[in-house]
Amino acid sequence: MPFENSLSIIIVGCGALGSHLAGKLSRLGHGVVAVDLRESAFAGLPEEFTGISLEADAAEPAALKRLPTDTADMLIAATGDDNTNLLVAQTAKTVLGIPRVVARLADVAREEIFRDLDIETVCPARITAKRIIDSLPLGSVREEGEENR
Amino acid sequence: MNILITGGGKQVYYLCRDLAGKGYKVTVINKDREECRRFSRRLKRITIVCGDPSDPRVLEDAVAGTMDVVLAVTSRDEDNLAIAQLSALRFETKRIYALANDPDNEAVFRALGVPGVFSLTPVMANLIEERVGFPELLNMIPLDEGKVNITEIVLGPKSPVLDKPLRDVALPPDCLVACAIREEAIIVPRGDTALKKGDRIILIAALHVHDQAVACLTGSD
Repeated sequence: MPFENSLSIIIVGCGALGSHLAGKLSRLGHGVVAVDLRESAFAGLPEEFTGISLEADAAEPAALKRLPTDTADMLIAATGDDNTNLLVAQTAKTVLGIPRVVARLADVAREEIFRDLDIETVCPARITAKRIIDSLPLGSVREEGEENR
Repeated sequence: MNILITGGGKQVYYLCRDLAGKGYKVTVINKDREECRRFSRRLKRITIVCGDPSDPRVLEDAVAGTMDVVLAVTSRDEDNLAIAQLSALRFETKRIYALANDPDNEAVFRALGVPGVFSLTPVMANLIEERVGFPELLNMIPLDEGKVNITEIVLGPKSPVLDKPLRDVALPPDCLVACAIREEAIIVPRGDTALKKGDRIILIAALHVHDQAVACLTGSD
């Protein structure tokens, strides 16, 4: 059940990351709306997910209008497509004014453009690589230009 | 002038052919290897880069920094936006045009700092609505998202308003015949002005009375 500090969170992209996240956030008591292009993606939502699932193309402004964007505290653009995440994140932030927006970034080479456009990103490839490197007996190697994000 | 076009299909092919024929230096980026081969066999004077045009490394390969014009016309709006923003921010391209396949994305792109956005859907919709609905309609400009229309109409022989004072024409409220063009003359009609066959008139009408006003002037249903 939602509690006092419960947030309203929209997750766009219901693949491995999006559905896992949707389950975890539900469990923490947040209100989650999970969005995906394909209805079949919702089959991957875990049991602990208690939110709403909605089939929509988030790159289509008319579809975004069907989402509870007025009351959303946060949007997570978690599709596997960096350009989709970039469009959705910018629309959410600049056009819809959602207070907190986070985008998943697959391609490390595109990190700079996301940063230039002031989109908060999480890059699984970077995080995974760092974890592996840190676990090496050689000790941790700090990659050039890396920031704590 | 160096022009970078990202996208594929027949439209892009003909565009490349025409622009290269005019002597512009055209570079195309396309993801599809087979299509790249087809382009390179048929078009001799253009540069083709096979790759994802929204990938900064591919744009680098295509020397995006030397482009005077970038045209992002893929079938995916998210790709077109990424290409336009990369071109502006990373390669400092001055003239960037991006296609919004979904006309609703036109306003979104503009809000995100891509002023050169365009959409073909309204153009095609206008063509169909003008020509099929009323053959006498030459031009229609929607204002304020179509709440008001400026419409150019040629009065044909069947028009019921010919040769009588405009004050006697039963036009609906919320519309105005703003101007009549008779050969070279520009006439701003008053109540006693009589319209004539062949006059090109400019009608300003609110959406809810637009069709009624046009029907009243042209005599069509």
